[in-house]
Amino acid sequence: MRAAAIEHLGLRSLQAVAHLGRLAQFVGLLLLHAVRRPFRVRRLVNEIFDVGVLSLVIVALSGATVGAVLGLQGYTTLSRFGAENSLGSVVGLVLVRELGPVLTALLVTGRAGSAMAAEIASMVTTQQLDGLRMMSIDPIDFVVAPKAVAMLLVMPMLNALFIGFALFGGYLVGVALLGLEGGTYVTSMEQSIDFPNDVAGTLLKSTIFGALVGVIATYRGMVSEPTSAGVSAATTGTVVIASVSILVADYVITALWGI
Amino acid sequence: MKPAPVRDLLVGLFVAAGLGAIAYLSLQVGGISYKGPGGLVLYATFDEIGGLKERAPVAIAGVTVGQVDGISLDAELRARVVLDLDPALELPVDTSAGIRTAGLLGDQFVALEPGGEDAMLTSGEEIDFTESALSIERLIGRFVHDAGVDE
Repeated sequence: MRAAAIEHLGLRSLQAVAHLGRLAQFVGLLLLHAVRRPFRVRRLVNEIFDVGVLSLVIVALSGATVGAVLGLQGYTTLSRFGAENSLGSVVGLVLVRELGPVLTALLVTGRAGSAMAAEIASMVTTQQLDGLRMMSIDPIDFVVAPKAVAMLLVMPMLNALFIGFALFGGYLVGVALLGLEGGTYVTSMEQSIDFPNDVAGTLLKSTIFGALVGVIATYRGMVSEPTSAGVSAATTGTVVIASVSILVADYVITALWGI
Repeated sequence: MKPAPVRDLLVGLFVAAGLGAIAYLSLQVGGISYKGPGGLVLYATFDEIGGLKERAPVAIAGVTVGQVDGISLDAELRARVVLDLDPALELPVDTSAGIRTAGLLGDQFVALEPGGEDAMLTSGEEIDFTESALSIERLIGRFVHDAGVDE
């Protein structure tokens, strides 16, 4: 009984290691196809449309709401110390350093990463990838790489747009609703945020998150079971694993480089 | 895959907006714009700089003309502050520098007051006349102390 449990543990460990190995191989292939001809520009534009343009509304809406809430919460706390004039810097720093990249990545995971995994998984189920291979078209080159690259490229842009909309939301609440002075708000924000520490950090974070989500979504789709349950498992697995990876990676990046 | 004009236009607009937002964050919010090439670098030594930080603004008559580029402790244990200013400025050699606070609880900045000499400061020179940061705690302490003596 006990031996069986240990055997089971051993099997699971071996499976986990094998998965990591296949994942590394997969990432290598992705990188290779991303830099090697033929460049599938049309496919890439199509994917940028799916991941970027179609995620724009939810990102803008969430950004404006998050910024507005930060403005309200920050105002309540800061006014207790008579420091309402620092609201701009509080809202700006929180957004640029943390909430922007993390929330954008979580939103994009739910909006586009899940769809990406489901699409690939259903192609596995209906043997479309095998069909491509029969026509000697490499499915990684044709289907997978454009998706992962689009995710990587789009994430920093969506992050910047999220932060832009959130700053606007915070400005609306702080200046129009709570009656702070507009100039003070903007100046305190612009003075406390600087490029090398904060803005470069937010771009680096969101690029790393984009790579994570892109790789996890496509890999999980590729290794799914060829059944309907496999498709749904791939979708759920992508959202869960990608979300957790984003949060863990966020902690690691912040701890390592202080951004 | 065939070209689809509407989709391509939307993707183009999205990429332009995304890059625009990154540029806005970098240039406007991040403020890498205020870094004039070959700025006028001046040094000033203070007994007390209070809460002055790097990248704090330097102002003349309230107008921002540069920023604090570095703060260090010199051999005589006084605070040595490096000021990076607009190279177009012409400051007399008897210009004085003081550390002020924007409002009662605001951030601290360096205020320059131009003097009346004809000779001008050039890059790398030292501002001789400095006025340390006002410490509210010390002021209150002195006030309480003086009040006690009067009685």
